[in-house]
Amino acid sequence: MGKIISIDECIKLIEPGSVIMVGGFMGVGSPHRIIDALFEAGTNKLTLICNDTSMEDYGVGKMVVNRQFRRVIASHIGLNRESGRQLTANETEFELVPQGTLAERIRAGGAGLGGILTPTGVGTVVEEGKQIIEIDGTKYLIELPLRADIALIAGTKVDESGNVFHAKTTRNFNPLMAMAADLVIVEAEELVKTGEIDPHLVMTPATLVDYIVFGGVS
Amino acid sequence: MNTADPKITIAKRVAKELKDGYMVNLGIGLPTMVADYVETNVTFQSENGLLGLGPKPDDDKIDRDISNAGGQPVTMVAGGMYFDSAYSFSLIRGGHVDATVLGALQVDERANLANWMIPGKMVPGMGGAMDLVTGAKKVIIAMLHTSKGEPKILKECTLPLTAPGVVDMIVTEMCVFEFIDGVLTLTELSPGFSLSDVKEVTPADFTVRLVEEI
Repeated sequence: MGKIISIDECIKLIEPGSVIMVGGFMGVGSPHRIIDALFEAGTNKLTLICNDTSMEDYGVGKMVVNRQFRRVIASHIGLNRESGRQLTANETEFELVPQGTLAERIRAGGAGLGGILTPTGVGTVVEEGKQIIEIDGTKYLIELPLRADIALIAGTKVDESGNVFHAKTTRNFNPLMAMAADLVIVEAEELVKTGEIDPHLVMTPATLVDYIVFGGVS
Repeated sequence: MNTADPKITIAKRVAKELKDGYMVNLGIGLPTMVADYVETNVTFQSENGLLGLGPKPDDDKIDRDISNAGGQPVTMVAGGMYFDSAYSFSLIRGGHVDATVLGALQVDERANLANWMIPGKMVPGMGGAMDLVTGAKKVIIAMLHTSKGEPKILKECTLPLTAPGVVDMIVTEMCVFEFIDGVLTLTELSPGFSLSDVKEVTPADFTVRLVEEI
């Protein structure tokens, strides 16, 4: 019914070579059932935009080990040794982005902004190849927006129309990514009837969500 | 001879810098230990999305939805708040964090900080460190004075910088340095360490203006 699809249908929507955003911070707030199914399917040549590459045996970290990414844009890869190995061996392209800049680039991608100005990274390797603008004596980097073909996000409580409540620290990048992708798929931990989430607690609105995956139901 | 655990010495000294009402972000590792010695009323911010970070939970009370920036389970104190990553870094970059405590690979006499990578060896990514040192009002480096005998407080950082000219204070097991008017200044010696002990393992040029222990 409506937006609810099976895990299998979800996986078929993600074609090899796609640019995907995956919510979560060290796997907290990541859509683990979708990630696990994507791992099993072996979909490859993907570009990943995610805060981090988690650990080798958890979340998107498993997909790094499984060689499913051609390119990774993240702020931290240090707790996944395989990421470091692939970077050092030049096997996978990594773009390391300061975490706040990553959040703002995704926000810009979803907010119709042509980029953002940030002082973070000035005077470091992060500024290489970027335009620098000086305003009132402070230097800022122009950082460009990020968008994805598909955002895979996690919701603690999702209603049948796609409104999402992200509990506690599972929120992180999820609402930002839901704004910045052509197709948004939310994995629901709990599925409730429309109207059962207090509107004050809706953090990602149904209008941004294309599909809901819940427990593998078809 | 100072027999105290050097990391505890450092954590206790850093804790004294955190004043009532401060919003504080602690890095992973040694900086996290500072929370155990804070006696003032400070609010801890964690960049993954919470304000009001509490201590580690007992094993039977772990809630996997509440974690710190290392992905480890934590608790929240009464009066806390959760938010998304853009809000979190608006707090950080926007100058709302009063102090951040981070480790370092190298610091130099011009207040440059290198703490995010060793080319060819270790490239973990900067995480939130570059934003924290750019935006926090006070940047405190908490670290052991040397690494396997190698000095870390240098004339000039040789590793890629996290940010130039951002360090306000360095606390090691041996001493405290502050950047006063941009000049690296030794302000305290830990019990059991002399000025010559510090000079021996500190290639950076510094002036000495010791503050008497109260």
